[in-house]
Amino acid sequence: MASVDFVDVRKSFGAHAVIKGVNVHIDDGEFVILVGPSGCGKSTLLRMLAGLEHISGGEIRIGERAVNDVPPKDRDIAMVFQNYALYPHMSVADNMAFSLTLKGASKSEIETKVKPAAEILGLSHLLDRYPRQLSGGQRQRVAMGRAIVRDPQVFLFDEPLSNLDAKLRVSMRTEIKNLHQRLTTTTVYVTHDQIEAMTMADKIVVMQDGRIEQIGAPLELYDRPNNLFVAGFIGSPAMNMLHGRLDPADPQRFVTGDGIALPLAPGHRGTPGTDLVYGARPEAIHLGGAIPMEVIVIEPTGFESQVLGRIGASNVTCVFRERLSVKPGERIDVSIDPAAVHLFDAGTGVRL
Amino acid sequence: MSVSAAPPPRASRASRGSFFERLSQSRNGLGLLFMLPAAVFLLCFLTYPLGLGAWLGFTDTMIGRPGIFVGLENYEYLFRDRVFWLSVFNTLFYTAIASILKFALGLWLAIILNENLPFKTFFRAVILLPWVVPTVLSALAFWWIYDSQFSIISWVLMQLGFIDAPINFLGDPWNARFSVIAANVWRGIPFVAISLLAGLQTIPASLHEAAALDGATSWQRFRRITLPLLTPIIAVVMTFSVLFTFTDFQLIYVLTKGGPVNATHLMATLSFQRGIPGGALGEGAAIAVAMVPFLLAAILFSFFGLQRRKWQQGGND
Repeated sequence: MASVDFVDVRKSFGAHAVIKGVNVHIDDGEFVILVGPSGCGKSTLLRMLAGLEHISGGEIRIGERAVNDVPPKDRDIAMVFQNYALYPHMSVADNMAFSLTLKGASKSEIETKVKPAAEILGLSHLLDRYPRQLSGGQRQRVAMGRAIVRDPQVFLFDEPLSNLDAKLRVSMRTEIKNLHQRLTTTTVYVTHDQIEAMTMADKIVVMQDGRIEQIGAPLELYDRPNNLFVAGFIGSPAMNMLHGRLDPADPQRFVTGDGIALPLAPGHRGTPGTDLVYGARPEAIHLGGAIPMEVIVIEPTGFESQVLGRIGASNVTCVFRERLSVKPGERIDVSIDPAAVHLFDAGTGVRL
Repeated sequence: MSVSAAPPPRASRASRGSFFERLSQSRNGLGLLFMLPAAVFLLCFLTYPLGLGAWLGFTDTMIGRPGIFVGLENYEYLFRDRVFWLSVFNTLFYTAIASILKFALGLWLAIILNENLPFKTFFRAVILLPWVVPTVLSALAFWWIYDSQFSIISWVLMQLGFIDAPINFLGDPWNARFSVIAANVWRGIPFVAISLLAGLQTIPASLHEAAALDGATSWQRFRRITLPLLTPIIAVVMTFSVLFTFTDFQLIYVLTKGGPVNATHLMATLSFQRGIPGGALGEGAAIAVAMVPFLLAAILFSFFGLQRRKWQQGGND
């Protein structure tokens, strides 16, 4: 096990820069998730850590060792690929034992390592099968088994769940997290799914366009997003964003472009006269209050109801625990918890 | 169903319709009808010549004289014919050496072309040239290259001071054998290389990356990932390559006509030589028929080699 450091890491393909100076420190044993929209450079960063992509600038360290010029086979890392990359001509057991076979390990040594790994993952009865004969979830487990057998310094996961169906994805999520808790090996995991990031990570690195937008624990990102991008990316349903300014008459109130007044907590950092964005998560909006909202769509999920409504001219998503008896087109009154409101500078996107 | 079509009126026996009407409703009848052109084609151009050839092998037909059935006489004669056995040896030698070389060089070339080279598409196109050029044309080019006086190879070696006199490429038995093999290899490499390149491209890059992370050196990746995954394609390509080489005719006919002293006579050229210029159609046919067991062996070998391996078979889900 080891810590991982990215120090001003850069990567460009020709003149096109895809990673523009990334600094991350990952503690020994930490579960870190790189998350961001497609093309943000997260997979490239992971592949650079694995040694599959050349590093154009900066330094990557595993433990105390700079690995810029270390070939992948000597980095002591294991990776689970999006398409699993199982060797189709080898049985499950041979797939898992491949790295040991290469090292010339004895049969008994291989068995003592493969067996427990297969047991952890529930693969014991599948060891003689070929990858073709396995379901998606089983292949996924074999790929993880191959990584576990290595007992590496760092585990890398490149969107490992994106080829699974929704239900399996949820259960594999739990399984991977559980596995990490058992093995406590440093793990770097790439996904574009913020729910995966929120549910599994010790620490999330939000990336966009080759840069890091914010690093933090899941709830930290949720509660205190640094900027509009992180605020919009983390959380589902996404944060409501309303454009407007402070009320010139009463700077404790926010007025949207179409003149709806919204409450703010005392001591907010907004400056009068500048364009601002008022961010409120769906659960910060409550039933009953002084703000009129037109109901457009109601989506009951049983435990709660997600309501798409309109405040003034802006669409707003809210989540209510109460069961609603209103119909689309009707008006309800809502309130917004001022303590849960985020104010952003509309020009820079920075949280105030 | 909202609209229920009235059941078709049961045709009385009298109004049953013509033969063609009934045929147009018959699945089997139509099936046979549609297969007929292909069947006629195969019978005329494949089965008939093959059958005729086999039959001729049992007769003493000469050109201009219809023969009579002589049983196995032609084969008995060939069995005692040293030239025939020499041609069998030549064919096997030619096929074995040329196939091995084509496979080794073709695989090597395919692997190089699969890497990220500059001007990759250009090289891939250029490599097909020997395959595209008509055989007779390339054979003529080789004829000049191997010319006993004007050979460019001899000239270059002489200029460099390695040899004093031109090499007698096609005049010496073993020189001639290796010369025609070299020409055949040159012609055959593109087919092997391009087919294997196609096979290489079906191997996902992530397998190589996974193997690299698992600690495999590039040789181990080739030996344990590339080669096993390529075997099904190697089996197909090499079967075809062996069949093409074994039945080669044009190259030999243009370069050496089987000489010197029959050293490069293959079974195909000998069969032609005896049958057409020599006039002994029956004997020529017998030589051609004698190739069949060898070809059959090659096909059977590939049939069993080609059988889907266990790992290629799908599971239940």
